[in-house]
Amino acid sequence: MKHVLEFEKPVIELREKISDLRTLTENSEMDLSDEIITLEKRLEKLETDVYDRMAPWDRVQMARHPERPTTLDYIHHLFTDFLELHGDRNFGDDAAIVSGIAKFNNKPVTVIGHQRGKDTKENIRRNFGMPHPEGYRKALRLMKQAEKFQRPIITFIDTKGAYPGKAAEERGQSEAIARNLMEMAGLTVPIICIVIGEGGSGGALGLGIGDRIFMLENSTYSVISPEGASSILWKDAGLAQEAAESMKITSYDLKKLNVIDGVIPEVRGGAHRDILTQAKEIESVITESLNDLSTLDEGILLENRFKKYKNIGDYTYLDL
Amino acid sequence: MLRDFFSKKKRYASIPSQEAKQDVPEGLMQKCPNCQKIFYRKELNRNMNVCPHCDHHHRLSAYERIQHLFDEDSFTEWDKHMISNNPLHFPDYEEKLEKDRLKSDLNEAVVTGKAKMNGMETAVAVMDSRFRMGSMGSVVGEKITNAIENARKAHIPFIIFTASGGARMQEGVLSLMQMGKTSVALQRLHADKGLFISVMTHPTTGGVSASFASLGDYNFAEPGALIGFAGRRIIEQTIREKLPDDFQTAEFLLEHGQLDRVVHRHEMKKTLSTVLDLHSTGGDSL
Repeated sequence: MKHVLEFEKPVIELREKISDLRTLTENSEMDLSDEIITLEKRLEKLETDVYDRMAPWDRVQMARHPERPTTLDYIHHLFTDFLELHGDRNFGDDAAIVSGIAKFNNKPVTVIGHQRGKDTKENIRRNFGMPHPEGYRKALRLMKQAEKFQRPIITFIDTKGAYPGKAAEERGQSEAIARNLMEMAGLTVPIICIVIGEGGSGGALGLGIGDRIFMLENSTYSVISPEGASSILWKDAGLAQEAAESMKITSYDLKKLNVIDGVIPEVRGGAHRDILTQAKEIESVITESLNDLSTLDEGILLENRFKKYKNIGDYTYLDL
Repeated sequence: MLRDFFSKKKRYASIPSQEAKQDVPEGLMQKCPNCQKIFYRKELNRNMNVCPHCDHHHRLSAYERIQHLFDEDSFTEWDKHMISNNPLHFPDYEEKLEKDRLKSDLNEAVVTGKAKMNGMETAVAVMDSRFRMGSMGSVVGEKITNAIENARKAHIPFIIFTASGGARMQEGVLSLMQMGKTSVALQRLHADKGLFISVMTHPTTGGVSASFASLGDYNFAEPGALIGFAGRRIIEQTIREKLPDDFQTAEFLLEHGQLDRVVHRHEMKKTLSTVLDLHSTGGDSL
């Protein structure tokens, strides 16, 4: 494990210690099994303490973990025959969004997701998973294709946000995102959206209108990054931890706010610890959702989708 | 996004000198931030808040705009008393809302209702940047969604005038989801072949620009309006270069193919009436 997050340091240190003792026992006369057993018990307790009580800020770190599985990682574990398809037919191909056709449980689907890199080189190529308008337009093109051929759509959300750049503005970043929101609302096929890392604002939502919205336990979904919120609201980017609490951005917060349909449990210590197990968790959620949605009549599907969004929000009336 | 709006305002703020403050009763005179000329506020008001010297479009409140554009006494307001519930229990949020309610004639950042333009019935939503920078939270999203649905059900056109710094931070992800909510409603209007005209006024940024503002069958904007997704400062920091002065203005967007027309405030009623008439959507009365 190359990247250790601050809050999980005690766990990692203890785990290393146990592993050292094991090596020692194996390579020498000394028998340290008793100590190892004691320490393993302590590790179990420590892991529970650390990972079952993660603060919002800890989850923000986890969602940004450099080793966290990306869209392509999950695609390879969840689907067969994935064929990536490129380009918006208008301007270019945005590597910050990957998309294509594949089979899920032997049935055809369209898969789309934000794609960040895992090292600097790939991150530069993928613009750190921050799309330009052509990325959203590529996504829309393939969603329309999915609708034509009546394939369900599965999207993976994992972006800090749409790219705030000059060219992006010139080519209509706002329009591209807005168009996706409206068009996704009207697609006559089931759409399942899963936040796997960071769900950053409009750039995340641009792939996020659907019939079922899920979040991995340690992912976040927010109108603005905690850093951005603290610098705008309190003129101090250093208050990001407080902002992470106040903004209610964790999967459990969003479930409570009735914005998402469910939290997908994560492997203890984060999805990157065991992507196979994590993919299984995701697989069962997709299977269940597709079972529920695929029997619905088009009209009902769209009516339900409208109601789902109509119900989001909290307001009252002035006492007169 | 919101930040940019602040800094922009600061740059153009007209701070009267001590003498000027003593000489003139408050609110009688106004200085144009664009041409620096000083004139009577009344003169400005008579000119629909457009500078008589340089054509700079000053802010227009929601009710003033309705009064200027729609037939006399034809406006009936919807959801007037809907207010925010502070869903995240965000610190100081309720106080800020209360303050804005007191200083403006508004309960929230958008006014919606039905009104007639040259006798043609429309559903209208007018945002007002005096209230929380026109930011969109649950109430703004709900009121606009209701207006869209009312338009759809009554088969009348929907016109929106946007003015917003973007999403309302204090309502977090619920604000973000209002982009989805309004867009899903617009999809239904669209599917029913309803007419939607979006008029972007200064400023239209962030989540509002990236949802309903950009989704009109016709997208118009007032001259000089700031329109964009990301804030200027953030873009400059990201790309490490200085942006041109006209970046993200209505004229810049027109040049880049992002708008149908830039429409002067004095021409607005005529332009909208032409579109409405051309569609001749009589519609059922509400």
